[in-house]
Amino acid sequence: TVMAAPGLDGCSWFAALSLGVSLLKCLFMDAYHSTDFEVHRNWLAVTHSLPVSRWYHENTSEWTLDYPPLFAWFEFGLSHVAQHFDRNMLVVENLNYASPATVLFQRLSVVFTDLVFIFAVRECCRCVQEQKGPRDVLSRPSFVLAVLLLWNFGLLIVDHGFPVCVEQSRHLQGALLFAILLNLKHIYLYVAPAYGIYLLRSYCFTQDHKDGSVNWRSFSPLRLLALGAIVVSVCALSFGPFIAMGQLPQVLSRLFPFKRGLCHAYWAPNIWALYNMLDKVLAVLGVRLKLLEEAELPRASMTGGLVQEFQHSVLPSVSPSVTLVCTLLSILPAVASIWRRPRGARGFLRCLLLCALASFMFGWHVHEKAVLIAILPLSILAVESREDAGIFLVLTTTGHYSLFPLIFTPAELPIKVVLMLLFVIFSGQGSLLRPLESVYLAGLVAVAIACEIVFPLSPWQQRLPFLPLLATSVYCSVGVSYSFLRLYASLLRQDEKPKQL
Amino acid sequence: MQTWSLVSICVLLGVVVRWGVSLNSYSGAGKPPMFGDYEAQRHWQEVTYNLPVQEWYFNTTENDLNYWGLDYPPLTAYHSLICAYVAKMINPEWVELHRSRGYESPAHKLFMRATVLVADLLIYIPAVVLYCLYLTDGSSKKKVSTLFCFLLYPGLILIDYGHFQYNGVSLGFALWGVLALGLGWDALGSMAFCLALNYKQMELYHALPFFCYLLGKCIKLGPMGRGFFLLVRIASTVLVTFALCWLPFLSDPSEALQVVRRIFPVARGLFEDKVANTWCSLNILIKIRSILSSDSQIYLSTACTLLAVLPSSVKLLTKPTFWQFKLALANSALAFFLFSYQVHEKSILLAALPVCLLLNDLPLVAIWFLLTSTFSMLPLLLKDGLLVPYVVTSLAFLFFSLYLLSALEHCSEEELRLGAYHKMLFFLPKLDLACITRWKFYIGVAAMAGLSAVSVALVPPPHLPDLFPVLVSTTAFLQFLGTFLYFNIVQFSGPPSRKTQKKNN
Repeated sequence: TVMAAPGLDGCSWFAALSLGVSLLKCLFMDAYHSTDFEVHRNWLAVTHSLPVSRWYHENTSEWTLDYPPLFAWFEFGLSHVAQHFDRNMLVVENLNYASPATVLFQRLSVVFTDLVFIFAVRECCRCVQEQKGPRDVLSRPSFVLAVLLLWNFGLLIVDHGFPVCVEQSRHLQGALLFAILLNLKHIYLYVAPAYGIYLLRSYCFTQDHKDGSVNWRSFSPLRLLALGAIVVSVCALSFGPFIAMGQLPQVLSRLFPFKRGLCHAYWAPNIWALYNMLDKVLAVLGVRLKLLEEAELPRASMTGGLVQEFQHSVLPSVSPSVTLVCTLLSILPAVASIWRRPRGARGFLRCLLLCALASFMFGWHVHEKAVLIAILPLSILAVESREDAGIFLVLTTTGHYSLFPLIFTPAELPIKVVLMLLFVIFSGQGSLLRPLESVYLAGLVAVAIACEIVFPLSPWQQRLPFLPLLATSVYCSVGVSYSFLRLYASLLRQDEKPKQL
Repeated sequence: MQTWSLVSICVLLGVVVRWGVSLNSYSGAGKPPMFGDYEAQRHWQEVTYNLPVQEWYFNTTENDLNYWGLDYPPLTAYHSLICAYVAKMINPEWVELHRSRGYESPAHKLFMRATVLVADLLIYIPAVVLYCLYLTDGSSKKKVSTLFCFLLYPGLILIDYGHFQYNGVSLGFALWGVLALGLGWDALGSMAFCLALNYKQMELYHALPFFCYLLGKCIKLGPMGRGFFLLVRIASTVLVTFALCWLPFLSDPSEALQVVRRIFPVARGLFEDKVANTWCSLNILIKIRSILSSDSQIYLSTACTLLAVLPSSVKLLTKPTFWQFKLALANSALAFFLFSYQVHEKSILLAALPVCLLLNDLPLVAIWFLLTSTFSMLPLLLKDGLLVPYVVTSLAFLFFSLYLLSALEHCSEEELRLGAYHKMLFFLPKLDLACITRWKFYIGVAAMAGLSAVSVALVPPPHLPDLFPVLVSTTAFLQFLGTFLYFNIVQFSGPPSRKTQKKNN
């Protein structure tokens, strides 16, 4: 029967779903790692107890302040609420302080920010087009979207009204929001070019030619001035005090720590993971074939689990400027396509997604969590197109799986596995995957079994303890690169056939 | 969406909730010298692995029965033995004789929790899925909703995955029994129930309905002829199952007797701790324990229990239908819980299972009862440090069951089967009983929420240290009594009419 069960119509399903997710998170809050809490506790303490001039110089704790100043102001504000819960958490020396009141405060703030996120998701769902037809609620795009977004591990809690403004063509508010976002978490610098070009194109040029190409005469300097004013004023608000104190270089060095190596202690599944792997393989081969002297090779520290600079042995070493050039080159086609022919919100999202993914693929010292910034816009696109849905499935499974090694305790592993299975079942309605992709995803299961079960019982555990991490990141980077290429292909294909808006 | 995808999603969500609860503390965590039920289970693995079968239930130099001696029937012991073999493979220290007492470590906790999950996945959850899909009425969406709410019942999750027990195994076997009986496979059903009985002796709470249903069915088929053959088949199945379970103990009658003595200890009092049954609640007004001698206590409780369970059993005997069977299970378990001897608060789970079976037919009352049963265990859960899981699972159950089963919409007088109440209360003017029921539900839930908050937030006055547990158990007792009367009345009211069934679809 096609009829939905009684009570599942209307907006009530959204409330039920959000409630379910929130309750589930409450259940697991105890299990969430205390490092996140410790990080925030430290920042609350630093911003509350120390004068502004010391914020970016403080390094009593290993978790130094490495977000832009607006976030610091936010923590400062929050610390005034926190002092009513427990004053002792705001003492900088109290490392790993976790009184019941502290924990309660942290939980409440997480719940509150989650509520904001839920509200944003709800707004986003309203914007998604709904197809006509008597489909039951569980296949309605907005329901699927809500599930996909809400279940995306909530790491992007600040990414709220942003998609909303884009959807509703509220450009100025969007610009404001993005400037704020950028000053809260500079990781959004990844997508700044896309957004900048989009705004420039859609907002500053008030009219397009009939076929959608640029109408240079419709350029409005006033609008450009308005946009510029907004962005500059937000940045001034955020960075102002630090520029006045002449601390800008210190702040920037904290925000962009180039002293750290090409890859994180655990390699994010991007192109450099494959590059490192290739380098290692060539080195080993070279030694075996007597082409290289073993003594000449630098000590193998890439897999040592430490964050330092190192040299590649066979292939040329990679410096930060090289990664920057690669990233810029890779986002050029996407940005150019949106310049030539902006296709409203969908086109913008696709460009955004590609910029994020490109920065992830080629960036310097990328953290695995950054892949989630790409997954979020893709989930919005996935509900509308089958092809996007297929790519989404591959990318999200691989991206989430690459986060698994971050979970250190074995106790949490079953939860993550089951949640991912849930996710896959739910989004995998109907065969969206090509055979090769299905084989790849099945291989992911094999890799998981090998790393979790087979490896600890094998003899190599002593000599090469980081082999599972290496295998996971290399396998996932294949998946991520594949998704990247397919997304680019779909963008360029759309470029060739100009569609109606 | 296809039914099987929905079913898998429900099961996966159920597993997630269970595992989430299991990350919390367990009974007796870090509390030497006796610890709690968790240590008891670990100790049984140690005893069954290292000692020969003949010594498991006896007090020997190797086996000190005062330190968590085995007091469940043999199937529990065999289950512990299997777990012990696995434990030995992973880390022999966990089951080393004498030296592993009080062993606690994160890895061990993970292992023990995993054993509970595996047992659930193999026994309890498949039974629930099959029951909801094949023995409930309604559209497939309604069946899946029932399945989800059934799996989400907080009481069982909190006790099995929080406090630490294996109720899922015994309740699962009992559910397989109900399932088989519902599908008409009587011999298999009796075998499953015997396995349940041999796992935990408390399943005797369900024994009377099984007996009356099968006997009534045999009589209906004709005492000479098919009925007689059925009786013989069932009796032989039961005997064979019991024999197989008790095989190692049958060689020596004194061994079997010792096992019986361990599983039915009669030396204890009318009740222990604060439990939501008649005797404990009566004790507030009249100190029964001091007035009556222990023998008369036993006689009084036996008499009351038999009296309470008689009407329902006789009705089932005369009319052995599946609907009557479900109601009789609920009534029998409740009667035993309310009036029996040495009842523990965890025994409410035995009444909760039959009520879960009624989620589809009488949603509002079932939800209410299931919430109350979880609430009645609050003092125990607080002692184990399980406040957050209790709140989260209860809230989730309340909202999802009300939402998915539309309990508050489907409560007309007809659907709640309140017709009999009208006949009883003929002297009162025409009351809107459905409205009254709804209001009683709201007030009940509010009272439970209030008492839960108060138990946690406030400190009891020094001259009344047990104030909150007593309040909790008395409130729960009153609601249990009301539900017991209601289910009895419904059982006597006649079967659900075809018309109402069609309307529900």
